[in-house]
Formats: sequence, structure tokens, C-alpha cells
Amino acid sequence: MSSAHDGYLVSGLRRLGATALFLFELLAQCLPALARPRLIVSQIYNTGARSLIIIMLSGLFVGMVLGLQGYDLLQRFGSADVLGSAAALGLLRELGPVITALLFAGRAGTALTSEIGLMRATDQLTAMQIMAVDPLRYVAAPRFLGGVIAVPLLTAIFGIIGLFGAQLIGVQLMGIDAGVFWSQTQDSVRLRDVSEGVVKSLVFGCACSLVAVFEGYNSEPTAAGVGLATTRTVVASSVLILLLDYVLTAAFL
Amino acid sequence: MRSNRTLEIGTGLFVLLGFAALLFLTTQLPASGLKLGAKKSGFMVSAEFDNVGDLKAGSPVTMSGVRVGEVTRIRFNPKDYKAEVLMRFDPQYNQIPDDSFAAIQTQGLLGGKYIGLSPGGDDQYLKNGSVIEQTQSAIVLESLINKFFANYSSSKSGGDNSAPAAESQGKPESKK
Repeated sequence: MSSAHDGYLVSGLRRLGATALFLFELLAQCLPALARPRLIVSQIYNTGARSLIIIMLSGLFVGMVLGLQGYDLLQRFGSADVLGSAAALGLLRELGPVITALLFAGRAGTALTSEIGLMRATDQLTAMQIMAVDPLRYVAAPRFLGGVIAVPLLTAIFGIIGLFGAQLIGVQLMGIDAGVFWSQTQDSVRLRDVSEGVVKSLVFGCACSLVAVFEGYNSEPTAAGVGLATTRTVVASSVLILLLDYVLTAAFL
Repeated sequence: MRSNRTLEIGTGLFVLLGFAALLFLTTQLPASGLKLGAKKSGFMVSAEFDNVGDLKAGSPVTMSGVRVGEVTRIRFNPKDYKAEVLMRFDPQYNQIPDDSFAAIQTQGLLGGKYIGLSPGGDDQYLKNGSVIEQTQSAIVLESLINKFFANYSSSKSGGDNSAPAAESQGKPESKK
């Protein structure tokens, strides 16, 4: 991809430009790809449904940690009963989208990259092109769309499980009144907070899937190249998620 | 064919779960949403307050610090300009005197509001549809501070009216 004599800056710039161009080509193929929903469904299953266990487990423990830490912190100010709203807002607006996207990049993004990278390495993509089958339409676009659909759904599930975990600690263990917990939560969460989480997760889903598909599609056709591309996927999507998170949070506040 | 079936079922379950979670977040979590959980048993008692502060539906009703019920609904009564609070008592607490006293209290300094009951002496007990007559409103911290500063400044300014100022400081409730 990047030639050896280019500097860091130039090769980085070139990567960015290539990713942007790839995004446009991919978006152009997304509409035709919708005509084959079966391909997208199987990608939603691979990236979404099979990430459920890790998402739910992480959500439960993140919520429980939030419950413990939040309770201890709020207790010092004598307002432990706002734990519900603190946990709900933290989960919906920040932790849910970010942690889900990071887990998604690690669990599903790497799988996408190595799968497409191996297709590249074994010349399957070239063979498709020779048969006049556009690999962007039949390989890249369904995977991209599957990821974009899966991440917001995973985020919502993460949020619910996390809230349940916080409730488990706050109400069952620490003895905050259940009615107070839920009424404080309902009182402080606005529809805007929920939509902030949904918008964030949609953007993160696009970013993660784009990076994963791009890195796989443009990986060096060697064993080492596929490994490198997988590493790059994790690094690039993690950094991108946190960067976009800052931008989106600033935009929403 | 078989793997196709599990794939479709798995995807269907995942999408269903995801949308159910989204639905919950958008409808149940904001206050405009419906109440959580099944309808609970118990009997309903109402009371009228001048000011409920930030008492909410779901706030606990306690007696001697023990939870005996919860607030189910708060609405404004346009006839006498008071707030009407509907409470649901747990069915086992059916021996609370009819003339008990209800006050809106605060958990901690900045915590949520709850209703604290003090027992009366009547041998009639609260039952479904009873009304608690004696109530005390929420203490609004700002008005308390305002009152304090009004008194403080009036007692400081001028020597000739120090006597009435001292009197009003002694009885802050009478000065409205």
C-alpha cells in the first residue's frame, strides 16, 4: 500500500485519502448490495449476534463497577440515591457506545479484516473481478452494512444490561430504594440523551466497519500482511472511536 | 439448510433483542414513559400538600424510617390550589391510625424527597380511599435562605427598628 520511500506524513496522508475514496466506492455499492439482503443477514449474524455474549458480559460488569464506584463517590456527598441517573446517563451517553464499539472492533472488526485479507491473499477477490463480479458489492458492502446495523443494536443491549448491573449493586446490595432509583433515573434521562447514544453508536459502527473492511481489502497478500492489517484495524478503529467520541460529545453538549 | 436455519434464528433473535432494548431506552427510561413492572397490590391513600417540592411518583412513603409504601401519582388540584398526592401502601401495613401526620422530608442534604408518616392516636385505621388530613409541605431550601437573609439584613440596618426585627427573627414562620 505505502511505498518505502514515502515519509510517515505522506504515507499517512495517502492512507487517509485512500480510506476516504474507498468509503465513497463502498457507499456507491451499498444500495445495490441491499438487493441481496441474505448476504447482509449472514453478516449481521456473524458480527452482531455472535458478539452478544461478550457485549452482555462486559455490559453487566461495567454496570456493576459503575454501581460500586458511583455509590461510593455519591455516598460521600450524601446523595447516593442519584446513583440511578448517574449510571444511566453515563451508560447511555458515553460508556455504552464507546465500550461496545471498542469490543466490536476487537471481536468483529478483526474477524472481518482477516477474512477479507485472506480472500485477497488467496486471490479470491481477483477471481471475482475476472468473473465480472464486483467484490466491493458482494464482499465489502454487505460486511460494512452488517456492522453499521449491528453496532447500535449491540449498544442498546449493552446499555440495558449495564443499567441492570448498576441496579443490582445499588438496589440489591447497597439498599437504595428501588422506587427512588428508577424515578431518579426516569426523571433525569431525556430522549436527547438516548438519541445521543444512538447517533454515537451509528457513527462508531460506520467507522469500525469501514476501517475493518478497508484494511482487509487493501492488505498485503501475504500471511504477514494479513496479520499486520488485523493489527492496524484494532489500532486505527480504537483511536478513531475515541477521537470521534470527543468530537460528538462536544457537538452534543 | 440446517445452518441456514440457525443463522436466521440467531439473527432474528439478535435484531429482536436489539430493537426491544432500543424501545425500552426510548419509551421507558425518559419520565414520559410508562411505569415499570407489574401492578402491585396494596391500598391507596391520598393527601394534599401546599408544596411537594421535587417529590416524584415512585418516591417512598416511610414510617419511623421503614418503607411502608410509595407515591404513585402527584397531580394539581385546581379547586383549592394544592398538590394531591396518591400513595400506595403495602397491604400488611393496614393498622396505621387514620389521623396520622404526613410530612415531606429530604434524604440527606440534597437527596430525593420522601413522605414520612408520624402515627396519630385514632383507633380507626387508614384504608383504601382514606385521606390524610394533617400534612406538612416540603421545605424549600431557597425560601428558607431568603427568609434568613431578609431577617438578617433588617436586623442589621437601623437602630430604631431593632425591636420588631428581633421579634420577626424569633418567629420566622409568622413573617410571610
